[in-house]
Amino acid sequence: MTSYGVAIREAFAYLLERYPNVFAIGQGLWSPWYVGNSMTDLDKQFGAARVIDTPVSELACTGAALGAALSGYRPIVVHPRVDFMLLAVDPIVNQAAKWSAMFGGQVSAPLTVRAIINRGGEQGAQHSQALHSWFAHVPGLRVVMPATPSDARDLLVASVLSPDPVLYIDDRWLYGLEEDLEPVRELALEREGPRLVRSGGDLTLVGASYSTLLCRDAASQLASRGVECDVIDLRVLNPLDTTIVADSVRRTGRLLVVDGDWSCCGLGGEIIASAAEAIDAGGWRSRPARLTLPNAPAPTSAPLERTYYLTVEDVVERALVMTGHFEVHE
Amino acid sequence: MGAPPSITDQLRADQLGPLADANQFHGPLVLPAANRGWLADALRGMLQIRAVEERIGEMVSTGAVRCPCHLAIGQEAVAVGVALQIRKGDRIFGAHRSHSHYLALGGDMHRLFAEVLGRRTGASRGMGGSMHLLDLEHGLLGTVPIVGATIPVAVGAGLAARFDGAGGVAVSFFGDGATEEGSFHEAMNLAAVLKAPVLFVCENNLFSSHLHIALRQPADSISRYAEAHRIPWLRVDGNDIVAIVEAARSLVEPMRDGGGPGFLEAVTYRWRGHVGPREDEDVGVQRKEDLASWKRRDPIGRLADALVAAGDLVSADVTRIRHEVRAEVAAASARAERDPYPAAESLLATVYGRPGRSHS
Repeated sequence: MTSYGVAIREAFAYLLERYPNVFAIGQGLWSPWYVGNSMTDLDKQFGAARVIDTPVSELACTGAALGAALSGYRPIVVHPRVDFMLLAVDPIVNQAAKWSAMFGGQVSAPLTVRAIINRGGEQGAQHSQALHSWFAHVPGLRVVMPATPSDARDLLVASVLSPDPVLYIDDRWLYGLEEDLEPVRELALEREGPRLVRSGGDLTLVGASYSTLLCRDAASQLASRGVECDVIDLRVLNPLDTTIVADSVRRTGRLLVVDGDWSCCGLGGEIIASAAEAIDAGGWRSRPARLTLPNAPAPTSAPLERTYYLTVEDVVERALVMTGHFEVHE
Repeated sequence: MGAPPSITDQLRADQLGPLADANQFHGPLVLPAANRGWLADALRGMLQIRAVEERIGEMVSTGAVRCPCHLAIGQEAVAVGVALQIRKGDRIFGAHRSHSHYLALGGDMHRLFAEVLGRRTGASRGMGGSMHLLDLEHGLLGTVPIVGATIPVAVGAGLAARFDGAGGVAVSFFGDGATEEGSFHEAMNLAAVLKAPVLFVCENNLFSSHLHIALRQPADSISRYAEAHRIPWLRVDGNDIVAIVEAARSLVEPMRDGGGPGFLEAVTYRWRGHVGPREDEDVGVQRKEDLASWKRRDPIGRLADALVAAGDLVSADVTRIRHEVRAEVAAASARAERDPYPAAESLLATVYGRPGRSHS
């Protein structure tokens, strides 16, 4: 069995071993604790020249990774928390994402930006954000969120081998998740997208990354209550292919999106809108719904954190309401 | 007026002093005693940039060109001088005022006109306009108008050159305004720490948009930042191509032998406004008083006068070159105006790359 965190490390090792033009750059890469167990001793195995720890300069490091990408290399720039990556939004959104289009498609920017969602543990408002919806909004940027060890490894490999700039977001809450892994497969990222990971006829549950795990666990519990769910793991948020979501909702007539981010202009709304556009009014057996974070920055105090973050129970409860198993009196 | 202080006298100073004085350096350039055959070509290169930009200015005035055009008229020597140190495999990045860099590196004039006109035959296939220029053949890997954005990108290209181990360098062109961005300072520090062979070229024209540097920074010399980051630096009259070439050479040569970054501050002046063809002399502190004097510090006129005084050219040669360049410009711009616009499919076809096409 291989854990999600170790699977990420396997992707780095695979790439660094086979592709001499791959290197990693970012803060904390020579530290044993910045990025969990996902890059342990890579600097010792492949040399500090290819696994580069950096000054506290998110913008310059990301910009430099772009420059190396434009010069024939396949850099992976690592941001141990999404929050700090916001200092690098210009090279990601203004530069890398637009490089191909604004130069007429003559060149692309094969840069992988790896950002880690690292929340809980009373870390608070600036150490906890996800923000994938922001980045999924931007044409030219591919946004990847693996939910399983297998995807954590193979989608990282696919991101680095893609000709496009990719934001690969992994979640520390998944690092302990284990799976038996097949040998690495070099996937073409442009052909990867949402996947049906469980089938059932009563309700469509949609998640990405950690919220996919919530959906799967909720679906197991719901099955014991007689509610069978389709579970869709989005995997790739941009470009977003919602065909499989619409196909599922046509069967189930019910859609619940679980998203570990805020609601307003977010992923949950996008998934619901895509289904609403694809399915006639008569095709719905209940109103679509989304479960998201409360509209507040992440708290620090542990009891508030328990209220703030979504749980399997939240998903189960809402699913039971939507399938008519009980009513909520507000 | 006595001879201006030598530049070495100012090396540790924060202030540009005479280098920023519109009334200094009006006479013909001091030419090297030997090996100066390249100067006639440099003169032609500067005349070409000026003629192209004057034509683009006219096309903006008539409405033929609509995209924002930031003209480098008056600053031609920096681009041409630095480009003389570039060789195949080097990687160059520019900013919003980069027609001069594109042309100095050898970029095709017709493709520049086509690009500012938004035509399919343009340098960026009509998808970039004046502020997004690409010329892979000559190492220009991109120019963009987010101020300071390409400075760290050039550091990464320098890091790539270090990995390649073939003696290549990266060059980042930017203005004094960009040095007020955090990206500049992060990039300087990163380049120094990573020992990336990147030449930072600051075209200090004393203005950022309408604001004089006196209103933006506590000192007017940008080299002080290189000093702070322990990057070797030189500061020159940016309207003296001989000085620029010598300084750029002495900074770039050690970089090709495994050295880290270098920093060149070229003090110059733009004759036109921040954007568009007008001189905008009433915009900004000191501009109205100084512009006429700066025109006497013309990088082209001073070189032409020196070459004629030295007997390398006669004035009829200079006139002939001017006419030849103008004829080229007229033909190239007229041809570009007849070129087709990009197809509607270009909008979506260029957003993502095709597999296997990414290595430059």
